Amino acid sequence: MLKAVILIGGPQKGTRFRPLSFEVPKPLFPVAGVPMLQHHIEACAKVRNMKEIILIGFYQPNEELNRFIASAQQEFKLSIRYLQEFAALGTGGGIYHFRDQILSGGPSAFFLMNADVCSEFPLQDMLSFHHQRGNSHCGVILGTTVLHFVEKPSTFVSDIINCGIYLFTPEIFAHIGTVDEPPGGRQLQELIRLEQDVFTMLAAQKQLYVYKTQHFWSQIKSAGRLYLNRYNETHPERLARNQDGGPKIIGNVYIHQTANIDSTAVLGPNVSIGKGVIIGTGVRVRESIILHGATLQDHCCVLNSIVGWDSTVGKWARVEGTPSDPNPNDPFAKIDSETLFRDGGLTPSITILGCNVNIPSEVIIRNSIVLPHKDLNRSFKNQIIL
Amino acid sequence: MRRGQIRGTDHTIMEDKWYSLATDDPYERADVTSPRPPVWILDETRHVYIKENLFKVKPGVVLPVVPDAAVHRRCFRLQFHFHFTLSHLCRMKALILVGGYGTRLRPLTLSVPKPLVEFCNKPILLHQVEALVKAGVSHVILAVSYMSDLLEREMKAQEQRLGIKISLSHEKEPLGTAGPLALARELFTDSAEPFFVLNSDVICDFPFEDMLKFHKNHGKEGTIVVTKVEEPSKYGVVVYEGETGRIHRFVEKPQVFVSNKINAGMYIFNPSMLKRIQLRPTSIEKEIFPVMAEEGQLYAMELQGFWMDIGQPKDFLTGMCMYLQSVRQNTPERLRTGPGFIGNVLVQFIIQDPTAVIGENCTIGPNVTIGAGVVLEDGVRIKRCTVLRGAHIRSHSWLESCIVGWSSSVGQWVRMENVTVLGEDVIVSDELYINGANVLPHKSITDSVPEPRIIM
Ligand SMILES: Nc1nc2c(ncn2[C@@H]2O[C@H](COP(=O)(O)OP(=O)(O)OP(=O)(O)O)[C@@H](O)[C@H]2O)c(=O)[nH]1
Ligand SMILES: Nc1nc2c(ncn2[C@@H]2O[C@H](COP(=O)(O)OP(=O)(O)OP(=O)(O)O)[C@@H](O)[C@H]2O)c(=O)[nH]1
Ligand SMILES: [Mg+2]
Ligand SMILES: [Mg+2]
Repeated sequence: MLKAVILIGGPQKGTRFRPLSFEVPKPLFPVAGVPMLQHHIEACAKVRNMKEIILIGFYQPNEELNRFIASAQQEFKLSIRYLQEFAALGTGGGIYHFRDQILSGGPSAFFLMNADVCSEFPLQDMLSFHHQRGNSHCGVILGTTVLHFVEKPSTFVSDIINCGIYLFTPEIFAHIGTVDEPPGGRQLQELIRLEQDVFTMLAAQKQLYVYKTQHFWSQIKSAGRLYLNRYNETHPERLARNQDGGPKIIGNVYIHQTANIDSTAVLGPNVSIGKGVIIGTGVRVRESIILHGATLQDHCCVLNSIVGWDSTVGKWARVEGTPSDPNPNDPFAKIDSETLFRDGGLTPSITILGCNVNIPSEVIIRNSIVLPHKDLNRSFKNQIIL
Repeated sequence: MRRGQIRGTDHTIMEDKWYSLATDDPYERADVTSPRPPVWILDETRHVYIKENLFKVKPGVVLPVVPDAAVHRRCFRLQFHFHFTLSHLCRMKALILVGGYGTRLRPLTLSVPKPLVEFCNKPILLHQVEALVKAGVSHVILAVSYMSDLLEREMKAQEQRLGIKISLSHEKEPLGTAGPLALARELFTDSAEPFFVLNSDVICDFPFEDMLKFHKNHGKEGTIVVTKVEEPSKYGVVVYEGETGRIHRFVEKPQVFVSNKINAGMYIFNPSMLKRIQLRPTSIEKEIFPVMAEEGQLYAMELQGFWMDIGQPKDFLTGMCMYLQSVRQNTPERLRTGPGFIGNVLVQFIIQDPTAVIGENCTIGPNVTIGAGVVLEDGVRIKRCTVLRGAHIRSHSWLESCIVGWSSSVGQWVRMENVTVLGEDVIVSDELYINGANVLPHKSITDSVPEPRIIM
C-alpha cells in the first residue's frame, strides 16, 4: 500500500502571493479553475494502491482547508488528513515529526511533494522506476534536465533540477534521524531541510536515484497556463469553447459555470474565470486569473494579472502586468520573492489586485501589487499599493 | 430667394430673410455649386450674416454697389461695421512666414509642411488666411523655403475659393523671420498701405481689424500683438507703456518681473519699415524690433482672448482645447452633441465625403477633433485628441492627449496617452500600451511603449 504526503507550508510562506494569501491559504489558491492542491490529489488518486494523502503544514486549522479536504475525500474516495506542525519544521522536519502517522498501516513507500510545484506528476512511472532499482536505495527524486539554471542550483546533480516530488521507502526516516545530530540532541526549533541536509548525505551513500522526466514541472506562477493546456487531455470539459451568444475564446480558457460574460468579450489564451464573475461589453482578458465575485466593467482590458475576489475593474481601465517568466515559453522559469525588488524598484511582474480592490474607470494599473480592500483613484505603475 | 438683385443698384433690404448671392455672373455660379462654399457668419450685433452663398441683412440696411461680386462679399459687411472705404480695404496685403522646418511638430511635419497640418480640421494656414480675408485682405504672400510644391498646390486651390490672390515668395536659403520681408519688398512698396506679417503657427481669435485701427491710431511704423503668459521667465517679454502701447524694450527670459506680455507673432507695419531690413538671414525679433522700439516706432497691442503657439504637440493639443472653447462661445452649432459626446467635440463634415463613422457605445470628448473619413469602431473612448483624416481606431481602445496621424490605424484595446503623436500611416497593434511615443510615418508598432520615446 502507498501513501502521499504534501507539504503545504504555512502562512508566512509565499511572499509574492501576499495580497492573495491574506485571504486564502496559498495551497487552496485556484489554479486553472481548481485549488492548487487538487492537481496533486488528482494525480495521487490515479496511483494504484494509494490509501491515504497527508497534508503537512503549519496553517491553523481553518474552515476553508477543512471544506476542501472533506469534498476531496468524497470526490476521490481516499482518506485525506491535515497534520499541523506546531512550528515550521522545514521540508524534512515535518515528515520526520509525523513519521508514525505516515508509516501507520505499513505503506511500502510514500510520495512526498511540495504543494507549490506544478507537474504532470508521473507518479506511476516513478514507482516502476523504483521497483526496477531493487531494494538497495531509499528514495527516488523526480528530476528534469534544464538548459540553463533559473531555479536554485542543485548541489548534487549538475544539470538536473529537483522537481520537489519524491518517492521514499520508510527507511528514509532512519536517515533523517541521523542527520547532523548535534551533540546533546536536535533543538526542536531547528529546521531539517530535506534538500540540503538529507539528500547530500544520501547521495554520498548512493541511496538516492533520480528519475528523469521530460514532462513539465514548474513553480506555481506559470502553473495555470500548463494545467490549462493539460486539460485538453485530462479534463476537456473544463475548457471553454466558442459558442453562439458566448464570448470569443482564444486558446485555453476556464470559465466557472456561474460566471456572467457578455458575448462581446474576448478571453484567452490562458485565462481562468472564477465563480460569479461578471464581465461586461467589449472586455478583453488575456493570461490572467479572475477570482470569484470580481466584476470587469465594459471595455476594460486585463493582461497578465490576477484580479482578486470581489474586486472591480472600471470601464476602459487597463490592468496589466509583465509576464514574470524570463522566457514565457520556458516552464522552468521562476521569479522568487527575492527578486521582488531590483535597483530599488519593483521588478516588472504580473499585476496582482488583492481582494475587494476597486479600480476606477479609465486608469492604468501596471506592474503593481494592490493590497486588499483598496479603492484607487488614479493610475499606478511599478508600485506596491498598501 | 431673389437672384441677381445685388448688382447694379443699391439695394435696400426690406425683409428679414435670407438672400442669395448668386448672380448671372458665371464666376458666381461656379462658386455656388462649389463643394465648399464660403461660410462666413457674423454675430447678431453686426447685422449681416453671410452663410454659404446666402446672406441676411437687418431690414433697412443699404447694400452698396460694388464692381465685383467676389469683392463685394468681402467688403460690404465691413462697410457697415468698421467704416472703412472699400478701396482702402481691398488693397491690404499680408505676409505669412511659412519657411520654418517645423521640427518641433515632427513627425507630422515629415509628411506635410506645418502650415498644412490640420488644426481643428482645417490647415493651420487656412485659419489665418480666412481670418485675413474676413478682415479685408486681398493679397496673401507666403514666404516659403521647403516643401513649397505641396503648399503651392494647396493654396492655388484656395485662391479661387476665397476670391483673393495668394503668391509665394521662395527663398533659396532660409532667411529667418525678417529676411523674407526684404525678399518680397516690391509687393509692399507699391502703396503706402500698412501690411500684416504673421508667424504661421499661432492660433487665436485673430484681431486683424483691431490691429489696423490701433495701428492707424498711433501712426508709427509698426504694431506687434502681445499676449499675457503665466510664466514670463520662460519667454522673451515685451515691456511697454500701458496707456499708449509704446514699446520700451524686449527682455529675454526675465529673472525679475518686468512684464508678462510676450510677442504673439502677429504684426502690422507701414511699408517704410522695410528699409530697415537687408536681404540676408535676419531675426525680426532680435535684430529689427529692438531698434524700432528704441526709435519709438513700435507699439504693442494686447490680445483679448486665447492665444497659443501650436508649433509643438503639447501646445497643439492645448491650443485645440482653447480653440474649441471659443467655437463653443461663438458658433456652438459647429460642435457635435448628443449621447456619447462630452464637452467640445468637432467632427469634420464634407459634403461629398462620408462623415466620420462613429460606432456604438463610444464616448468622445471633451476636446476632440475628428477629421474626414475617420472611423471609430464600437466602444472607443477618446478625450483631448486630434484624430487626423482617414485614421481608424478599432474597438474598445482608449486615447487621451494624442495626435493620431493621417490614415493611421490603432488596434483594439490599445491605451494611448501622454502626448503620443503618430505620424502618417502608422499601425499600432492590438492591446498595446503607448505612453508618450513619437512615431515616425509608416511604422508598425507591435510592442508597448511604456515610457515616452521616439520610435524610428
Ligand atoms: N509543512 C511544511 N512545509 C514547508 C515548510 N517549508 C516549506 N514547506 C513547503 O515545502 C514546499 C517547498 O518549500 P520551499 O521551496 O523551500 O519554500 P517556498 O515556500 O516555496 O518558498 P520560496 O522560498 O518562496 O520558494 C512548499 O510547498 C512549501 O510550502 C515547513 O517548514 N513545513
Ligand atoms: N520664410 C521663412 N520662415 C521662417 C523661417 N524660419 C522660421 N520661419 C517661420 O517663422 C515662424 C516662427 O518660427 P518657429 O516657431 O521657429 O517655427 P519653425 O521654425 O517652423 O519650427 P521649428 O523647427 O519647430 O522651430 C514659423 O511660421 C516659421 O514657418 C525662415 O527661415 N524663412
Ligand atoms: Mg518553493
Ligand atoms: Mg524654428
